[in-house]
Amino acid sequence: MNRIEELLTIFRSAVVNPEGTATAVGNEFKGVVGIMPVYAPEEIVHAAGYLPVGIWGGQKSVSKAHTYLPPFACSIMQSVMELQLEGVYNQLDAIIFSVPCDTLKCMSQKWKGQAPSIVFTHPQNRKLESANQYLEMEYRIVAEKLEQLLNVRITDEALQNSIKVYNENRQVMRLFTELVMDYPEIINPVNRHAVIKARYLMEKSTHTKLVRELIDLIRQNPPVPWKGKRIVLTGITAEPEALLNIFEENNLAVVADDLAQESRQFRHDIPEGENPYLRLARWWQEHDGCSLALNPQKPRGDMLIDMVKQACADGVIVCMMKFCDPEEFDYPVYYQQLEAAGIPSLMIEIDQQTTSFEQVRTRIQSFSEVLEG
Amino acid sequence: METKGMNGKQLLAHYQAQLEEEARRAKKSGRLVCWSASVAPSEFCVAMDIAMVYPETHAAGIGARKGAPDLLEVAEKKGYAQDVCSYARVNLGYMELLKQQALTGVQDEKLANSPAVEIPLPDLVITCNNICNTLLKWYENLAKELNVPCIVIDVPFNHTMPISQHSKDYIVGQFGEAIAQLEEICQRPFDYDKFYQVQEQTQRSVAEWARLAGLMRHKPSPLNGFDLFNFMALIVCGRSTPYAEITFKTFADELEENLENGIYAFGENEKKRVTWEGIAVWPHLGHTFKTLKNAGTIMTGSAYPGMWRLEYTPGDLSSMAEAYTRIYINTCLEYKVLQLQQVVDSGNCDGILYHQNRSCKLMSLLNVETAEELQKRNGLPYVSFDGDQTDPNNYGAAQFELRVQALNEMME
Repeated sequence: MNRIEELLTIFRSAVVNPEGTATAVGNEFKGVVGIMPVYAPEEIVHAAGYLPVGIWGGQKSVSKAHTYLPPFACSIMQSVMELQLEGVYNQLDAIIFSVPCDTLKCMSQKWKGQAPSIVFTHPQNRKLESANQYLEMEYRIVAEKLEQLLNVRITDEALQNSIKVYNENRQVMRLFTELVMDYPEIINPVNRHAVIKARYLMEKSTHTKLVRELIDLIRQNPPVPWKGKRIVLTGITAEPEALLNIFEENNLAVVADDLAQESRQFRHDIPEGENPYLRLARWWQEHDGCSLALNPQKPRGDMLIDMVKQACADGVIVCMMKFCDPEEFDYPVYYQQLEAAGIPSLMIEIDQQTTSFEQVRTRIQSFSEVLEG
Repeated sequence: METKGMNGKQLLAHYQAQLEEEARRAKKSGRLVCWSASVAPSEFCVAMDIAMVYPETHAAGIGARKGAPDLLEVAEKKGYAQDVCSYARVNLGYMELLKQQALTGVQDEKLANSPAVEIPLPDLVITCNNICNTLLKWYENLAKELNVPCIVIDVPFNHTMPISQHSKDYIVGQFGEAIAQLEEICQRPFDYDKFYQVQEQTQRSVAEWARLAGLMRHKPSPLNGFDLFNFMALIVCGRSTPYAEITFKTFADELEENLENGIYAFGENEKKRVTWEGIAVWPHLGHTFKTLKNAGTIMTGSAYPGMWRLEYTPGDLSSMAEAYTRIYINTCLEYKVLQLQQVVDSGNCDGILYHQNRSCKLMSLLNVETAEELQKRNGLPYVSFDGDQTDPNNYGAAQFELRVQALNEMME
């Protein structure tokens, strides 16, 4: 096995076995804090000496969750509820909830796990300075609650350092996603996703180091012209692997993504500044193009069009999280813009409860034929 | 038209029509028209003489007149998924037809045949997420599709009660921004004197609304809670005008007189009293009401109309911020349960009906926990049923009847 394969195996095993990674890496840490989707100041947890671990559900059928959630709650929260009830999250020392949609507001009030939960609210009138002040205070309260719960002290210095670690990771992730658009032969959709998702399961400086090594190794190879088509993904997540394999089967390379679980997390850095909490707040102010971050200008469509152009993509695949209303509200607006720009798009449903991918396989196949023209 | 001698229900119909007519006239005469979320602060725009239109009330009316399916179809064609709030889909469908008419000069057949009350397109929109974040996404789309300014009053979810100072400060900061936006849109300074008067008027309307709702505490009740659902149109659309105050006062006076004369909503037939948790099932309002009435069950509690009990001190923006963010579905579960408990208690209710509303995640996804918590406190029986505020397809008449029957048996 060459080193590239070795590295990819490390990322993939982290993704496939999240509990294992959390336990193993947990040795270097005081414990593990769960981070509910989609955006939370992980840096504060890192500064506390705890490992933040992303909670993104998983592909599974649900039964126990039916007692607590109606069928029209989004697919990812159905899995998260099922896993809560199965006790999967009981090893966490705490869990942090943000509440940028109505479903997450409710989920934050019906947590069934044993770990204590900490909830904070993002402001949505985001371009105002008063929004930054509000969010700075929310983050300070999150830090205070963590200090009390975990019996730790979070210094400004430690937080500034954690922000540095996270910004370095964001930078290296941008390098990675830009580089691999020219290396679809080496980094297929499954591996691209694994490298990115492993961010949620590994300590960030460790992850950065491994990704940097991977980048250097990839660069040593000459890019091979890609015979298939190039696509951009948009949505909350593009999982599971079975779905990503269908892209590969149809010679579709993921050359860029606008996924909340992936590039939206590291499209831009935490801005510079003296006050670490205000820095974290300003990141949210500058964050655009996500269905969970209000902006009446709705820049997502234009951002997608730019992304398609920059990545020389042939089309967009909309990965619609089942019953995610914020994403469903964005779709009709950016769909029109993509149509007007002559960019082909296909909407597929992301359902963590499904076991059959035949229908989506057929649709992706037809779409790839359309792209072949 | 002379209003003298009209009773409460006549005044409701009269003023509702008058507000709609005023909005249409405003548009024709060049006054600005604003589309507003139902519990967004109306005071700022009204102080600037802007005509207000409320899409949620408009959509509920369309639902009640059985006109929703055509507009839902327009929204679906546009790409809106079926699990998006049906108020939003009805309105976005209606907006699409109005927009096409404005662009082409041709009225779509669906619009021509719609039982919807005619409303003008907005020059600006105002939204507030105190009753859901869906209202942020919906209005974001309206502003984008119509290319009009969007005033946002973001009231952060109160995960911890009491309401934090930094939250109130942030909301007050947004009030300042809303004023600045309005000055730019209207091209004149904000009218602070009128603003104060409008705040005072709003408080008088809210006080009469509270007085009216308070009549449901009497046993037997002079007021049928479903009437409150109907009168809600004016607390939404007219609370910053004298119309709401006049109407609620007249109706409450009538009911107090009835009470003195021993005239009750269900005559001698009031057997049991229930709280209705959630939004009404507008397309099947008659069926839900009659099913309960046939069993002698009167609805004397609902936290939904109570969302407009926006009590604050005029002139004090911080207290106004607090009033607009303290809505029971914008708070933690514990506070929500406490509020609902008060509704159940003050209505002297024997049981609770939970509307599992396909359109409203915020008013459905916590129903199990709310019901369990509340039952621990008051021991009252409850049932839940599946429905929808405007999409007629998400309601099963037979299921509703069975659940009501089960509740009645448990209340015996």
